[in-house]
Amino acid sequence: MEALMLSVTLFVLATFLGVELINRVPTMLHTPLMSGANAISGITIVGALVVAGGGFGWVSRAFGFGAVVLAMMNVVGGYAVTDRMLQMFTKKPEGK
Amino acid sequence: MIPPALEALLYLVAAVLFVIGLKRLSSPVTARPGNLLSGVGMLLAIVVTLFERGIISFETIAAGMLVGSALGWWMARSVKMTSMPQMVALLNGFGGGSSLLVGGAEFLKAEFTGSTPALDVAVTTQLSLLVGAVTLSGSLIAWAKLEEVMTGKPITFPMQKAVNALTFVVIAGLATYQVATPAQVLWPFYAVIALSLLLGVLLVIPIGGADMPVVISLLNSYSGIAAAMTGFVIHNNLLIIAGALVGSSGIILSQIMCKAMNRSLANVLFGAFGGGTAGGTRSAEGLTVRQVSVEDAAVQLGYAQFVIVVPGYGLAVAQAQHAVRELADLIEKRGGEVKYAIHPVAGRMPGHMNVLLAEANVDYAKLSEMEQINDEFHRADVALVIGANDVVNPAARTDTSSPIYGMPILNADLAKSTIVLKRGMSAGFAGIENDLFYNANTAMLFGDAKQTLTRLVTEMKTL
Repeated sequence: MEALMLSVTLFVLATFLGVELINRVPTMLHTPLMSGANAISGITIVGALVVAGGGFGWVSRAFGFGAVVLAMMNVVGGYAVTDRMLQMFTKKPEGK
Repeated sequence: MIPPALEALLYLVAAVLFVIGLKRLSSPVTARPGNLLSGVGMLLAIVVTLFERGIISFETIAAGMLVGSALGWWMARSVKMTSMPQMVALLNGFGGGSSLLVGGAEFLKAEFTGSTPALDVAVTTQLSLLVGAVTLSGSLIAWAKLEEVMTGKPITFPMQKAVNALTFVVIAGLATYQVATPAQVLWPFYAVIALSLLLGVLLVIPIGGADMPVVISLLNSYSGIAAAMTGFVIHNNLLIIAGALVGSSGIILSQIMCKAMNRSLANVLFGAFGGGTAGGTRSAEGLTVRQVSVEDAAVQLGYAQFVIVVPGYGLAVAQAQHAVRELADLIEKRGGEVKYAIHPVAGRMPGHMNVLLAEANVDYAKLSEMEQINDEFHRADVALVIGANDVVNPAARTDTSSPIYGMPILNADLAKSTIVLKRGMSAGFAGIENDLFYNANTAMLFGDAKQTLTRLVTEMKTL
């Protein structure tokens, strides 16, 4: 029960932290923010790895395999596309 | 094998890197290294997890990581900037799907080992199934609408809200039954997944294509919440922290979008808006529009001191972001000043227009948000509206009967003159007539935005 309450506390505090952080992101960067935040939600990869590698029957393992594929697409796709966008914002306009 | 305390510490480092990554997104200069730091945090989390005691075989993991990484990388490299909303919709769906599968696997694990999970684990498992499944199927529908493989119009049927509510109640009932039943029954588990997938579809089909930015933001939030729920299931605080961060980001973005459209979130989600059924009192009958030739428009722009470009989704569709920059460069070379006015809902997702213009190497210092630039329109010689409609409709200010009344708009009609680039006289996504087009100061330039802009550039070079 104590562990659960600690987790709930973390959840609530992290939500408030998230609000503070996101409110500072300028409108201009909202698309990369979304894809970047999205990549972070791929953190379920942590859970996916554990279930994919555990020996708890083939159904569970099949679920695990699917979870790893989806989470990795989320992580790799999310970070890579965010980087691609942000790179366009950081480079200086050419020919000036 | 990593000692549990060290593992927890390394997960904390990953969480801190996520926070720093998001913090650095507050400026375009620091954003890219910030994103990289966030990625390092993710890598750290993955490596730490691979040392987990519970992992006994690596074949499935290796195969999954290889397939997922390759597909993700390919998508990120090949996607066009105009298709970014679809991409983000898909990524949201994958995140939700992953949470769904992890929750499901954990449930099956308990079933396999014959153990009864603690109450909090049982409850959050059902929640991760519900939120994960809704995120997955809802995102796929949003993707289909944006990609136009299905109609962008709201799909409605009688008793829709009642059906949705009933579906939700049945899911809640089945989930409760599953939690309360210690015996090894599996059918409620699969039924919860199936019905939650159905619910995701039902929730998104009545929402019109123009409202997809709000839906994507919201699904973004769901994917975070699903990850957090999974964190509760597997007792991992990193998932809870990261999930909560993403959850709040999606909610804030949805709110910003709704505010920019002057509508409540409930109205967007349940209003079935944007289907062309809405009408104001004004009709186009008896009004005429003034057309302008490319030559005349080029002269007007060529001798303007100050031009404000108002880009809309039409610019994205026509892939005209490079052409518009070329035109702007020419105007600047001739001594004029060019600024871009970006409405918060321009494009198909928050900040979409900025990304497109950044792709065309437009300096971000020239991109102005609505509040900054609205007072400058009156001193602009030309407001050049490219494929935008509802966001420059003055009816939002004046016509109380208009469905978009009260929505904050860009004051393009207050410029000394306005040139509107448009494919034809069709109404915008909200399906309403735009008074701006009938203004005495407004000239219409019909045609594909990219072709028209290219012709304007050619014409201006001869001046």
